[in-house]
Amino acid sequence: MRELTYWQAISEATVQCMAEDPTVLVLGEGVDDHKGTFGTTKTAFERYGAARVVDVPNSENACAGIAIGAAANGMRPLVVHTRADFMFLAMDALVNLAAKWRYMYGDQGGAPVVTRGVVGRGWGQGATHSQSPHATFGHYAGLYVATPASPADAKGLLVQALRGDTPVVLIENRNLYPMTGPVPEEPEPVPFGVGRIARAGDDVTVVAASLMVAEALRAADQLATRGVGVEVVDVRSIRPLDERIICESVARTGRLVVADTSWARYGFAAEVAAVVAETVPEALRAPVRRVTLPDCPAPVSWPLEEAFHPGADEIVEACLALVGDRRGELPRLTSAAAGFHGPY
Amino acid sequence: MTAAPADTVPAPVPADGAAPTGPEPAGPEAALIRDMVRIRCVEEELCDRYRDDQEMRTPTHFSIGQEATAVGVAAATGPDDLVYTGHRSHAPYLAMGGDLRAMVAELYGRESGCARGRGGSIHLVDRSAGFAGSAAILGEMISVAVGAGWSAALRGRPQVALTFFGDGATEEGVFHEAVNFAQVHRVPVVFLCENNLYSISSPLGQRQPAGSTITDRVTAYGLWARSVDGNDVYAVRAAARAAVQRCRTGAGPAFLELHTYRWREHVGPGWDHDHGYRSREEIDAWMARCPIRRAVEVARPTQPGLDDWVREWERRYRAEVRDAVRVARAAAWPPVSTLVDGAYGAGR
Repeated sequence: MRELTYWQAISEATVQCMAEDPTVLVLGEGVDDHKGTFGTTKTAFERYGAARVVDVPNSENACAGIAIGAAANGMRPLVVHTRADFMFLAMDALVNLAAKWRYMYGDQGGAPVVTRGVVGRGWGQGATHSQSPHATFGHYAGLYVATPASPADAKGLLVQALRGDTPVVLIENRNLYPMTGPVPEEPEPVPFGVGRIARAGDDVTVVAASLMVAEALRAADQLATRGVGVEVVDVRSIRPLDERIICESVARTGRLVVADTSWARYGFAAEVAAVVAETVPEALRAPVRRVTLPDCPAPVSWPLEEAFHPGADEIVEACLALVGDRRGELPRLTSAAAGFHGPY
Repeated sequence: MTAAPADTVPAPVPADGAAPTGPEPAGPEAALIRDMVRIRCVEEELCDRYRDDQEMRTPTHFSIGQEATAVGVAAATGPDDLVYTGHRSHAPYLAMGGDLRAMVAELYGRESGCARGRGGSIHLVDRSAGFAGSAAILGEMISVAVGAGWSAALRGRPQVALTFFGDGATEEGVFHEAVNFAQVHRVPVVFLCENNLYSISSPLGQRQPAGSTITDRVTAYGLWARSVDGNDVYAVRAAARAAVQRCRTGAGPAFLELHTYRWREHVGPGWDHDHGYRSREEIDAWMARCPIRRAVEVARPTQPGLDDWVREWERRYRAEVRDAVRVARAAAWPPVSTLVDGAYGAGR
């Protein structure tokens, strides 16, 4: 199969969905500019123009509501936030309306608005340009929240979102954008709530989302040299969550590390740990380990930022601790995001 | 909660009187009056039941005294137009022709309610009547209406979206974002501000700058905006027709500030004139400008027998709402087994 980058996969999904469904619209601040949201909206704008790829005023709150009104009236709006942090300005519309619309109006049709939020980690993005709000949105019933980790899923989950009847939040870590992988040429949907085994292994299960899947795969490569078999579970979506694939893996390995790009408290890592504790408590041969952000906002200064974001190295440490081993002569790993260059 | 100020509650027409002898007035002006009488009857009856029975477990925001805004605007809409509202939703729902029984059943939390008992008073919906939804967070539905109108325009449909909200909602950022967007994209949406001077119990002067008006602020965005006597149903209808017509011809959004007044408390069935936030004199002055009585006075010279018919309508609609209450109370509750049904759409 031909390979695409993650951003190319998003772009292709957008263009193909717009071709097959004339109601699909792209809305966002600067979606029509020369950068085209890291390239993801550029081809769509070139092909469909300003009538369907719409640069909107700076109005995250209203635009979320406008997208909901359009969705409830038969359109398929895809709202794009170049920095996911701005989605907090859209919280009222997304949480109070989009998530609840179908239920509170008695299941007479929903407002299936699709929202992409890009996490801007790296290059000193700082406290309000680095955070990944997937767990925030994952808390609310009525929304689907996906964290595609591969180019194929970046395409397939977006296709499914634009065809489905439920509002969706897609959180994309921009450090995934240059990564390549096989991507089907056709717009094949990837369902929500169906995780994938990104790598098989028998000793430790690492459940990961988004960029942490890539980090976990690098950690697994290194641990394999030590004879430690790491199974990497890519959940793909955090709501709905594929509890079965998580619990079956942990039931086999007996050890669980959860790796996330956000904080531990009340987050994705806490949720996965709770699911395992509720479902297969007898399977755990060691306490659950969480590899997450320290309890502070993201700093800017380079060494602080490097220390703030966990990566493959921290996953290696957590896995070794669970199998009762020590790092020894294993070299330390840099994070998958380490090659990122500015200017911003 | 206090008793009604009975000495000041103006009846639209004298309470005693004979049954009408002539034919029922059929003209559009009589229909405005009839629709206002119906909404008044429904809401007064529901107020009494809400207070006395304690069975409607949903916060209700009544529009008693504000009937002219809903009825005047609804008269200017076409069959494909869509209306969205904030929390004060009953009157626009009924004015648009929303199903009364389904509304009452919704207030009683029944499966037969317009939102199957999931929404309540602040989430009414009747899409077949063009009442596309209401929601409680201030300003929330304003942007939704812009999206609905915009989507119609993008598809070349002659559909107009209209959205009711209060003066308080214009203080929210989303109102300004929505108005700005609508004007930039020439969206066929009519913004309908029911300025009743209070946000819960905070007076307008405490919340918005002295010497400015909501209409002025909207005009600064370039919108066609009009300040209208919201207790004059004919004036509301005329302004709404002009606004809808602008939208229909692609001239862009329109804004109406409809000056009116709610008689009852912000939320609930009570009278609250003794709580000090607004004066008895102010309430009395607005009740003297009762939109129904005013409309009747204007129409009386050309509508023989109108007063008799108003009385007849009162009888008819009080009976109708009592029947709706009876049907609602006898209706089934939603089965608890369906508690989580409908949160998500089909397919993953």
